Amino acid sequence: MDSRVTEFEDALARHNGTVVRTTSESFADDLSDVVEAPAVGAPLADPLEYEGTGVETDPSVAAIEAATTGVTPCRLGIASYGSLVVESTDGGTEPISLYANHHVGVLRESDLLADMPSAIDRLGEAVRDDRTDNIIATGPSATADMGGLVYGAHGPERVTAMFVEGL
Amino acid sequence: MSESRADKAARIRHLLETEGDAVYENTTGFNEGRYETTGQLENYEELKDEARAVKEDAVERLPDLIDQLRETVEANGGTVYIADDAADANEYVAEVCDDADRLVKSKSMTSEEIEVNEHLEARGVDVLETDLGEYVLQVAEEAPSHIVAPGIHKSRESISQLFEELFDPDGPLETAEDLTKFARHHLAEKLRDADVAMTGANFLTADTGTMALVTSEGNARKCVASTDTHIAVAGVEKVIPTFEDLQPFIELIGRSGTGQDITSYISLLTPPVDTPTLDFPEGGEMGDGDDREFHLVLIDNGRFEMRDDPQLRETLYCIRCSACLNSCANFQQVGGHAFGGDTYSGGIGTGWEYATHGEDSAAEFNDMCTGCSRCVNQCPVKIDIPWINTVIRNRINQGEDPSQFEKLVDGLVPDEEPEGTDLRKRAFGNIDTLATLAGETAPVSNWLAETPPARSVMERVLGIDTRRDLPEFKRETLVKWAQGREGPADPDRTVVLYPDLYTNRVLVERGKAAVRALEALGIEVVVPSAGESGRAPLSQGMIDTAQDHAEDTYETLEPYLDVDHDVVVVEPSDLAMFRNEYEKLLPEDDYERLRSNSYEVVAYIEAWIDYTADPDPLAAGDGEAVAYHSHCQQRTMGLEGPTVDLLEDLGYDVLTSDVECCGMAGSFGYKSEYYDLSMAVGEPLQEQFQTAEAADRTVVASGTSCTEQLGDLLGREPTHPVELIAPDE
Repeated sequence: MDSRVTEFEDALARHNGTVVRTTSESFADDLSDVVEAPAVGAPLADPLEYEGTGVETDPSVAAIEAATTGVTPCRLGIASYGSLVVESTDGGTEPISLYANHHVGVLRESDLLADMPSAIDRLGEAVRDDRTDNIIATGPSATADMGGLVYGAHGPERVTAMFVEGL
Repeated sequence: MSESRADKAARIRHLLETEGDAVYENTTGFNEGRYETTGQLENYEELKDEARAVKEDAVERLPDLIDQLRETVEANGGTVYIADDAADANEYVAEVCDDADRLVKSKSMTSEEIEVNEHLEARGVDVLETDLGEYVLQVAEEAPSHIVAPGIHKSRESISQLFEELFDPDGPLETAEDLTKFARHHLAEKLRDADVAMTGANFLTADTGTMALVTSEGNARKCVASTDTHIAVAGVEKVIPTFEDLQPFIELIGRSGTGQDITSYISLLTPPVDTPTLDFPEGGEMGDGDDREFHLVLIDNGRFEMRDDPQLRETLYCIRCSACLNSCANFQQVGGHAFGGDTYSGGIGTGWEYATHGEDSAAEFNDMCTGCSRCVNQCPVKIDIPWINTVIRNRINQGEDPSQFEKLVDGLVPDEEPEGTDLRKRAFGNIDTLATLAGETAPVSNWLAETPPARSVMERVLGIDTRRDLPEFKRETLVKWAQGREGPADPDRTVVLYPDLYTNRVLVERGKAAVRALEALGIEVVVPSAGESGRAPLSQGMIDTAQDHAEDTYETLEPYLDVDHDVVVVEPSDLAMFRNEYEKLLPEDDYERLRSNSYEVVAYIEAWIDYTADPDPLAAGDGEAVAYHSHCQQRTMGLEGPTVDLLEDLGYDVLTSDVECCGMAGSFGYKSEYYDLSMAVGEPLQEQFQTAEAADRTVVASGTSCTEQLGDLLGREPTHPVELIAPDE
């Protein structure tokens, strides 16, 4: 498993993103170090909580638009590409991961898959069952349309994966 | 030069000067990225086979899959409209936008194809392109020059100038960061209160109603998230059977296109999407995702007709990744604006234009495909793009009205083509007839052909550029030279050497060297009298004539195949005919037999040395430094390696070129309207072979065209690798 995590870290680094390893216990502290206010977040799965991080949950549309950091859970990670899979939820994962300058995706260790075939198989089941919408996001948004490579085109300029070990 | 040729030449020169540098930098960057990122895939070939199989199956079952997709999307809460053509699609979209003030778009070539922007604007809808490249073109009122990166012809400086003129910004917009931030901010304001989003769809899965969107900027996500109504426009060929079928495409599309292993965002939406609605002007709580509306507009616009066209059907497998544009040496120099076409330009664009806008639009740039085949191995769904271009060229030939002069010529040439076929095409297509005549009257024919009056007539009537040297025909052919020759006394093996037109009549020395080298290894060589392979007429789109040549060539070689003689070929473009195009021109068994028994001469020798472990009979290199340019089709066949390996094993110090094509590409570089482009394509090769490391090396090339082009570019006559390694008589 650890080689898979290393592969994920290397792959995301190649795409100009960062991985921060954390645990359920130190999650809130580590997240506080990563986020820059104003920050908004979508609900996380137990036992992870935003308490003490300054992240505003259930934000208004205005707060989403004004946020510097947006924190969301990630349904899956794909080690070989350094990708985070963000499922659209009622809690607003899609706009929260999209409008802020910095997207922080929270990924549980058990959700890190090796490669694209396993990710598509897993997503296939979910889409068949629930017709979910998912974004495979790899690194920050980027464009080369203005005469040079620039990060932060329409979407976030920075991406951090909070990788929760043991969860 | 006729007027239209002069106009075309001027237009190409203009594009070379104004857009060439930006296009070259971008396309070659994508091209290198593709080689690098596909090289990282252990199962690249398997993925391509999988992707191809999915598309073959999908197009075969298309009507059923569309029915299934309709049911699924409707069950998901969306609507599906199948539009017969552009007007039909636009009418439907306009109805959906009836109450809308502003529609925001992410990049979609299909929406360009139907010209929906103009249609909606005429109905009073404000249409805004949000892809930054498309946005630049929208405000500049220019057409895309590339199907994936529409603004690659624009330099940073030109965008900067454009923005400063149009927007009068507070501070200077100099860097790419400045420009991006400015455009992002400007578009964000417009996105906030947009009413309708329009996207394309890279893939649509029939079983779940999922659409895949492959993007990098995040604008497609924002368009969908910030509006309540989503319209997706897509060609019917985008439908694939299942969600799981997406996997090979996701792994291939970014690598094949812009050379990234994956783009920033692959959106896998099953609309109407669940994400809450967002009222930015109000700024209050997020709304209910159930209020979203989704319309899928599936567009036929000529695609079903193409599905019923066995020669062009595989165009529908195209995933519009742009690998065929980025690997095209001509495209790299001038970009899509030189390739014409109403929407799609370059590479497979001919096929798309033929289907969606008709033959006239496809004809505009069909000649720009030289058939070099460099795109073939790059296509993630393995479309034989040069063949698509050849078929369309053939149909254009059939449709042209003959002039009186051409009717006269029709009686003089031995081809199978209709009277209307362009005169120059017939001259190049029947080059064997001309070469035989010239060879039999050499050297007088060579003197006559090079006289100013003769060249002037050739340029005026045939459009053969006077700046090119013509091939010099030898009176003694290779076939004649080889007759009565005493081979090895006790040969280990006998081969038949196919005397292609140029080896037989022009570059005869390389043919003699091939015979000497093989004989030195104890191999008996038979050189029969044979016709032209069909490459020349095929390159002019003269398929019937090419088929005649193929049948004649097979008939010549068949008796040797009957007695198990291998066929050895000097000219790579003729070997490529035997191995690839003959599949379309000969009965299957004949094709398979010739294909599996034909070899490139140096690769054959390399394998023989590998087997006998005795290179001594060949001329050793003793450290001789050579600069080697393989041939485009030779490289597509994977046959550059054996020549390099053999030369190195024999002690040569080998430097190789890494350009896609030399730029001559058969008759292309002789054509007066394309001369400048041909020389521009050759320039990177010229530079590579003029560096300090390369300048003093012996120039070596395997193909006839490359030999001529390199001679023109460097002023040094190249030699064939077999001439290096063949022992003296």
